Amino acid sequence: MIIRGGIVYDPANGIFGEEIDLCIDRGRIVEDAKGEEIDAHDLLVMAGGVDAHSHIAGAKVNAGRIMRPDDARLGMEQATAVCRPSTGYTVPNCYAIGYRYAHLGYTTAFEAATPILESRHTHEELEEIPIIDKGALTLFGSNWEVMQCVRENDLKKLAAYVAWGLRASKGYGVKIVNPGGGEAWGFGANVKGIYDPVPNFDVTPAEIMKSLAQVNESLRLPHSIHVHFNNLGKPGNYTTAIESLDLFKDIKPSRMRQVVHVAHMQFSAYGGTSWKDFKSEAPAIADYFNKNHFCTMDIGQILFGSATTMTADAPLEYGNAHLLHTKWSNHDIELEESSGVVPLVYLRKNPVNAIQWAIGMELALLTKDPWNVILTTDHPNGSPFVNYPEVVSLLMSKVKRQEELSNIHELASKRTTLTGIEREMDWCDIAIMTRAAPAKILGLEDKGHLGVGADADVAVYDLRPEEVDPSTQHDLVKKALAVAKYTIKGGVLASRDGEIMAAPVGRTFWVDASVAKEDEERMMEDLKEKFDRYYSIKLSNYMVQDAYVPNPVVIKAGALPVEEVAP
Amino acid sequence: MSGQEMKTRVEEDVLCSFCGCLCDDLVVEIEGNKVKNVRHACRLGASKLMGHERIRTPMIRKNGKLEEVSYQEAYDRAAQILVNAKRPLLYGWASTVCEAQKKGILLTEMVGGILDSTATVCHGPSILGIEERGLSGATLGQIKNRADLIVFWGCNPAEAHPKHGLRYSTNVCGFFTPEGRKGRKVLVVDVRQTRTAKNADKFIMIATGSDFEVLSALRMFVAGKGEFVPEKVGGVPKEELFEAADMMKAAKFGAFFFGLGITHSRGRSKNVGNALALIAELNAHTKFVVMPMRGHYNVAGIGQVAAWETGFPMSIDFSRGTAYFNPGETAACDVLSREDTDAVMVVASDPASNFPRGIVENLAKVPVIQIDPYENPTTLLAEVVIPSAIAGVECEGTAYRMDGLALRMKKLVNSPHPSDEGVLNGIIESVKKLRGTEAEAKAPNEASA
Ligand code: SF4
Ligand SMILES: [Zn+2]
Repeated sequence: MIIRGGIVYDPANGIFGEEIDLCIDRGRIVEDAKGEEIDAHDLLVMAGGVDAHSHIAGAKVNAGRIMRPDDARLGMEQATAVCRPSTGYTVPNCYAIGYRYAHLGYTTAFEAATPILESRHTHEELEEIPIIDKGALTLFGSNWEVMQCVRENDLKKLAAYVAWGLRASKGYGVKIVNPGGGEAWGFGANVKGIYDPVPNFDVTPAEIMKSLAQVNESLRLPHSIHVHFNNLGKPGNYTTAIESLDLFKDIKPSRMRQVVHVAHMQFSAYGGTSWKDFKSEAPAIADYFNKNHFCTMDIGQILFGSATTMTADAPLEYGNAHLLHTKWSNHDIELEESSGVVPLVYLRKNPVNAIQWAIGMELALLTKDPWNVILTTDHPNGSPFVNYPEVVSLLMSKVKRQEELSNIHELASKRTTLTGIEREMDWCDIAIMTRAAPAKILGLEDKGHLGVGADADVAVYDLRPEEVDPSTQHDLVKKALAVAKYTIKGGVLASRDGEIMAAPVGRTFWVDASVAKEDEERMMEDLKEKFDRYYSIKLSNYMVQDAYVPNPVVIKAGALPVEEVAP
Repeated sequence: MSGQEMKTRVEEDVLCSFCGCLCDDLVVEIEGNKVKNVRHACRLGASKLMGHERIRTPMIRKNGKLEEVSYQEAYDRAAQILVNAKRPLLYGWASTVCEAQKKGILLTEMVGGILDSTATVCHGPSILGIEERGLSGATLGQIKNRADLIVFWGCNPAEAHPKHGLRYSTNVCGFFTPEGRKGRKVLVVDVRQTRTAKNADKFIMIATGSDFEVLSALRMFVAGKGEFVPEKVGGVPKEELFEAADMMKAAKFGAFFFGLGITHSRGRSKNVGNALALIAELNAHTKFVVMPMRGHYNVAGIGQVAAWETGFPMSIDFSRGTAYFNPGETAACDVLSREDTDAVMVVASDPASNFPRGIVENLAKVPVIQIDPYENPTTLLAEVVIPSAIAGVECEGTAYRMDGLALRMKKLVNSPHPSDEGVLNGIIESVKKLRGTEAEAKAPNEASA
């Protein structure tokens, strides 16, 4: 296949809007190819989008579906010769997730949080999502074995456990959510700060985070630790964010990437002491990211309208439900985690929501290097991913931002700096924030770029970058990005002008890290005891069996030389 | 063959494919290709795994009598019935694995039918309650390790989920509950004194159909508005309810299990909604979780699979080419009572025994296809009977425990029969074949028209 004449933005390879023909053979970008030609003359061409943080599969996503038939009814689409029926808006069914990412020109998405114990379920859903490649980040932040290793200050044993946990969950990386808080929630409590000990476990969230970061690097995992900070969603929490970030300053990365990725920074960039004097501290956070380069973030933009919040931060969700008097689901997972789900609507005239909206914008615009700040809505917490084109068009147009500011609660202008921000992103910034940087941050070497050897995941948009001025013609930008002209996934034309042409099966990335045998044996002794006495199932029934990941890409890591095995 | 020649194997950590407890600690002795002995199971589980008289071959009813046919003939006949029907109902799914459930959903989509599960006649109201309120839940291990108060409301695990107490709730020892039963309180609420009630620290017998009122009274006490509670609610003196509410508030970690006593008494989904609200409100005072006591081993699974595949957990109508859910209109009993379905496929269940009588009479009026390892009263109504392997004994697959935990069922012995998934695949292929020939037959007409 050859994609002819497109205006290519491939920042990872130093290509910033050049007319280039892309050749594709057997699922990869190659020097030269024959066969089908796709006419992309003068159109915007980028690598397939990569979503590094999205809640697309597993128990809490399905809990959201089950408690929200109202949401399912919002997105009903009929089956076609290629497609199964679609439903849902904030919590779409599996098929809709694949089709809608493809319509956006996205070809990869990572589920942001799966407890080890419930990973079988996560993979059952991931497997049903068509077209896109995927993976899942495994939760470690309130895990009893993790806390035991940290308490004993036995980082080798911890490394053995993390490697084992990734294998058991067929997970891709280390996710930490409100460290220690999930355990405290077991008795309805929470941790209040990073030095507040976890009840009954005699470790602090700071110790948990730092130890996991060290172990992540000793295992040379492709992704860094991926953290949802303590106190997320609370006024004044930016100090917790900065305090937490400082923990990782001296840790050396084992690969060419950050040592910590901060999830949905918007929810952790809050000033004030209560919802009354709530304000933005995004400038302080952006300043930190401008001065320090060991950390990256995704913005977690909120958009006005319906959302379904879902997170392993269960006390946060209880708080949301209590505050908003809305329905609430909670799910505690023995020895590992807790989680919650609460539907809500972000309102333009609500001062808190208006300020939250502006904070996301500030973070993206004030952080100078787009490689350090990637685009997410923390789907479906801030908004469903189908609304990414709205976020992009806002980032590219001051005009559009000012229009929105004049429509929303005035405190968004007073308690944030957004009004004064002149920056308008260009296509290069956008290509970095939506593909190149998320792929680099995740450690996916063949994604997010269009160099020879890369996966042939390509998006062609019906927009002439040399003619359209995104600043004034932001509506054209939004329209073009919402429905890719062509989305090619692994060399197959998956979507054309909003129609699914083919629904190839996606692959699932997971990480197999090796550790020293004696460390593993020591760790297994702990685990045997935990299974004999505390888990409700047998150790032999715990690990996700191969049958649940029929199309794996196993990334090897650990002390051994790094090699990649793609069966 | 003599016993000595037969090789004996022992399989450990085997899952039980009977009730929603999905115990995974069974030890099964297998001789040759037969389950000889089952250890660590309760009697319900042991008898399920030991098996009993099976359907031997596929059958089609001819002149009123079931006659043996080949699998292919049975698939073709089933496909014909489904394709010719305007609104087929594909029902059951609780006692088979998720892999079969997925194929069942695909088949229902293909024939534009309605898919419903046995939840519709058991915990369907619970699902409606959850849609209204959400559910504060936990895995069973969380309850084992933490709960110092167990509430059983309208359920009788001593008879229906015999190992529940030993493995997960009342009697088990855990991290924060090292004393097991001694360190826990057990509160039972029911309309009669069940065996479960006999093991309780406190038993409250309520009048039949008064669940909603009694739950409301407890909510009032929890909210500190006890003065508005009448002297007697549901036949129970006010002080007794006050004590119960106090017991709940005083727990460090409470777990509330409920059964058909709530979902099938007056109020149904509203009772469940009220119970879920009570639990949510208790969390302002302490930690409390709630769980429906699911009956069949994988009835939770069909809810999960249907939700991720279609967006809805049950009663899904595909006749419009998309998934449509409107209980009251699209549930199995709704379409059967309106005589609004003209063919029914029953997979791994027995509606002839479990549906109300009038509805069974309507079921008898339409062609019924049955897929099941065992004969049951539904077989007597069936036009096509297709025997399948027993999931969790003769084939592998996924099941979801009552707390939503997915586990993998094992294959212990070989079966002469295909799995439910295999049977459904066979029917799907036959449907495609039929559709293919239909399309060919139509094509010339269309050309001339
Ligand atoms: S309690 Fe249920 S799952 Fe456990 S052995 Fe008995 S029937 Fe089987
Ligand atoms: Zn998230």
